[in-house]
Formats: sequence, structure tokens, C-alpha cells
Amino acid sequence: MLEALLAGLFNGLIYAAVAVGLALIWGITDVINFAHGEFLMLAMYAAYWLYTLGHVDPTMSAPLVAVLLAFVGFLTYALIIKRLQDGPPMTVILATFGLSLVLRQVAFIAFTPDYRTLPDTWLSGSVSMAGISMGRPSVVTGLIALVMVIALFVLVYRTRWGHALQAVAEDRQVAALVGIPPDRINAQVWMLGSAAVGLAGALLTTFFYVFPSVGTVFALLAFVAVCMGGFGSLAGAVIAGLLIGVIEAMTGYFVAPALKTVSIYVLFILVLWYRPRGLFGRW
Amino acid sequence: MTTQTSVSRKTRHLPVLWAAVIAVLLGLLPFVVKDSFTLQVLLLAIMFGALGASWNLVGGFLGRVSFGHGVFIGSGAYTTLLLLHYANVSPLIGIPLGGLISALLAWVVGGPTLRLSGHYFAMATIALLQIGLLLFTNWDWAGGATGLEAPIRDASWMLLFRTKVPYYRIAVLLAFLTFCATYFLVHSRVGFYWRAVNGDEAAARSLGVPADRYKMLAFVISAGLTGMWGGFFAMYVGFIDPDSLFNLTTSVQIVLVAILGGVGTLIGPWLGAAVLLPLSEGLRVMMGSSGAGMDLLVFGLAILLVTLFLPGGLITLRRRRRGTSGR
Repeated sequence: MLEALLAGLFNGLIYAAVAVGLALIWGITDVINFAHGEFLMLAMYAAYWLYTLGHVDPTMSAPLVAVLLAFVGFLTYALIIKRLQDGPPMTVILATFGLSLVLRQVAFIAFTPDYRTLPDTWLSGSVSMAGISMGRPSVVTGLIALVMVIALFVLVYRTRWGHALQAVAEDRQVAALVGIPPDRINAQVWMLGSAAVGLAGALLTTFFYVFPSVGTVFALLAFVAVCMGGFGSLAGAVIAGLLIGVIEAMTGYFVAPALKTVSIYVLFILVLWYRPRGLFGRW
Repeated sequence: MTTQTSVSRKTRHLPVLWAAVIAVLLGLLPFVVKDSFTLQVLLLAIMFGALGASWNLVGGFLGRVSFGHGVFIGSGAYTTLLLLHYANVSPLIGIPLGGLISALLAWVVGGPTLRLSGHYFAMATIALLQIGLLLFTNWDWAGGATGLEAPIRDASWMLLFRTKVPYYRIAVLLAFLTFCATYFLVHSRVGFYWRAVNGDEAAARSLGVPADRYKMLAFVISAGLTGMWGGFFAMYVGFIDPDSLFNLTTSVQIVLVAILGGVGTLIGPWLGAAVLLPLSEGLRVMMGSSGAGMDLLVFGLAILLVTLFLPGGLITLRRRRRGTSGR
């Protein structure tokens, strides 16, 4: 019981880490990035190949992967999103969905559909706390995710740059009037959000399989977390991510493992029923 | 468009007449075209055109983008096949009943979801799709993850045929009915209310449009039509499983058909399906041997290109050519 709860919490931390980048992009630029899961997949493959070919441990390569993903995020913004952001939201959603299909199929062709694992990383092994033993990779990844989330919070809510982000999220035109360039801020947010998912993805390789459609496993949960947390609320996304991890673990433990994902989606619909703007939605 | 107010009574429903002519011509086509692949592609194009047209009631005219119409295809398909499988009920009853069940389902889930707008509604429909997928995968009585099959027989009152031609004719007939339903709905007061809600919900409400009721009506009708097509699809393919019905890519394909042709227009979805389906089926055949899901890659590229370069859909091409004011 306690073991399941802890495992759920650490899973939740990872969901939160994946979701926070999405929440950032959605909250500030008002775009749901359907290719977010594929960004995660790219990050995992980058970490995988860096380990297999370059013998760089995922814990070391994570910052490098984050930089790489920031670049991917920038390209996505500059080439696709920027042209569409003033149109109807549906076209942007569809465009990122198209991008996700392309990335996933390219990964299928380039890397084959095999499930790959990293056999022996620095994090391999287990830790035991108060008689409960857990895989060390997931604990360390969860803790790093926590640190990353806190760092993002400080960045967005406590720095001058963060205030500029919030200004752009509030009103693009007015932000431009007071000298904040909205397009540049949007590009920076895409880079930051993608870097966050890059970091999470690189660490995820220490205990999760790498395969071309790995993104969908996490992305759908991340979407639900962000939506349940509420538009524009980073804290909401993190709390919802943790909640999802715990609910999933508890349903698996008390009801039936097969139904653990159903319970999340049902909870999501119920939350939206009572709070149509999510738990902490801004409006 | 410009002469809409001054059209006489005779020419008012001209599009329906045109649709009837096209339907008859399409229905006669199997006498000329014997190739079963061509018929298959035509049938799929007709089906996706109809699915797009049904989706368009909610996604286009009402402006609530649903990425979960696969749920209604699924409920219609499962109703039809389960009735056939366990109670030996003819799909002639099963398909309309499937539509009814889907409409009922839409009425139930519409309560919590239709209040949402924008991204929230889209995400909620994706969640519904996932719930459907997971429930049917774990529901052993309904075939579980392996799915259900229709028996292979020749029994016309059971809608079981060994050739494609009868299915093709049924599809043409159903498509004509779908077009008529959408046409008359959109041109009635209901349609104007939908567009008013789409334009500005608060303003529409203040003018006395019962927005909740009309939103629900759009969702329920759209789901009912989609469910009917789900039942037809189950009989045509003869095999259903949760993965192929409650699949996000299928649901997005419905949206794409409408977007490619032109959202919120009556013929847009049909136009989009007529272009997209031959393209994707043709690619599937050409690339099929090379494996590795080339067709999905091209599908993704098609989505990207359409959204980037033709956001208003194919229907805007004609307007552009007319050379009016830019768009």
C-alpha cells in the first residue's frame, strides 16, 4: 500500500516533469503541442545513442539533450507555429499532430520499432527507504524532475524575464507596446519547454524502454495533467501530474491494474465537469 | 452566397437535386467499373466524406472541435455487431440502433463536455476516446482486445455479402441521406442558431438563443450519424477491434477531411475526402511492400502541408481563383 503510494508519487513526478514543458508552451503561447510526446521520444533516442555510441551516461548527457531539444523546439516554432499562431486554434493543433506523425514514422524507419533499453547506467540499482525498496533510477529521476520544476517556477514567477513571459501570455499587443517582443518571447518559451521535456526524456532512458511510439504513452497523460491543472497554471500541471501518478497507482492496487488508466480519464472528465477551466485555470 | 436572399423557391434546394444526381451516377458506377480496388477507395472516400460532414455539424458549424468522434463510430459498430453476434438481429435494425445508442451516449457525455470551449473540449473528447478504448479492450463479453467478427455468409437481409458492390450501393444511399440531413439542418433555424453560438456564445444567449439545447442537438445528431456509419463500417469490414475504432489517428482523419475541404461548409468534407482518401489508399498500395508505415508518414506530411499552406481548405481555391479581395 505505502509502496504503491510512493511508486505512484515518483511516477507522478515524472509525469509532472513531462507535463510542465507542455504547460509552459500552452500557457504562454496558447498552443497545444501535440508533438510533445515525440519531442520526448527524440530526447530518449538522443540519450540512447549518446550512451550506446559515445558512452556518455544519461545523467551526464541530459543537459546536452536538453540543449538539442531546445533547438528542435525553436525550429518547430519558427517553421510551423509562427505562421499559424494567429489563425484558428484547430489548425495549429492539427499541424502539431501532423508533425508528431512525421517524427514518429521517421523514427520507425530510422531506428526500427525495436524496444531498446540501456542495460547499465550509473543509476542502476535500487534504494530502500524505511523498508521500502524502489528502483534507484526512478527515485533519482523523480528528484531531478522536482528540482527542475522548482527551477522553472523561480524562472517564470521570480525573474524579470518570467514577468515578460507572463505579460505576453496576458496580452500580446500590450506586451509589444511596452517593448516586449512577443515573437521572440514565444520562441524562447518553445525552447525552454522543449528543453524541459528533453531533460526529462534523457533521464527516463535509465529505467524505461525506448521505442518510436514511446511518446504517446506519456504525452496523453501530460495533456490530461495540463488540462486538468488549468490553462496557464504551472502549479496546476504539476499537482495534476502528481495526482495522476497517485490515482493510477491506487487504482492499480485497489481495483484492477487493467483499469488504472481509465480512472485517470474519468477523473479528468469529472474535474472538467465541476471546473470547466481546470483545477487552477486562470479564466 | 450573395444571391442567397433572392433565390426563388424553385432553385432553393438545388444542391439536394445535384446530390441526388451524383448519388445516382455513383450508384450506377459499378456497372462500368469492375475493379474492386477502385470501388473500395470510392467507398472509403464516401464514408469519410459522410463522417466529415457529420463531424462538421459540431466541429464546423458549432465550432467545438471534437477529436473523439471515434467513440461514436465505435459505439455504433459494437452495437451492430454485438446484436448480430448474440441476438442474431439484422443490421437493418442494428445500424439505426447503433446510431441511436451513439446519440444517447453523446447526450450523456455532452452534459459535462459541451460546456467546455476551445482546447478543453478537444482534450475532453480525446479523454473520452481513451476511456472507450480501455473499456472495450477490457470487456471480454464484447470480444476484448481481439475484437469481434461478422460471419461470412451470403444473406442479404443480414447485410452479409461476398462482393463489395452491395455495400458500395448502401454507402451511396447512406451518404445521400447524410448530405440531406446536414443540408436541411444547416439551412433551417437550427443551423443559424449554431452559427450564432459559434460566432459569439454570450451574444447569442443574450438574444434569446437557447444555446445549451442547440449545442446538445448538434452533438447528438452528429454522433447519431457517425454511429450509423460505424455500424455500416463494421458490416463492411466484417471485423472490429478496439484499437482500430478508438484510434486517435482515425478520429483525426475525420477532422482532416473536413479541414482539407473547408470547415463549416456543406460540401467541404466531401471534397476533402475525395482528395485525401484516394491519395492515402493509393500510397498504402504503392508503399505497402516497403513496409515501415510510409503511408502514415505521408499522411502526417499532408496534414502539415495543408495546415501551413491551405488553412481555409480546398474550397478557398475556387474563391481565390475568382480573384476577389485576396481571400
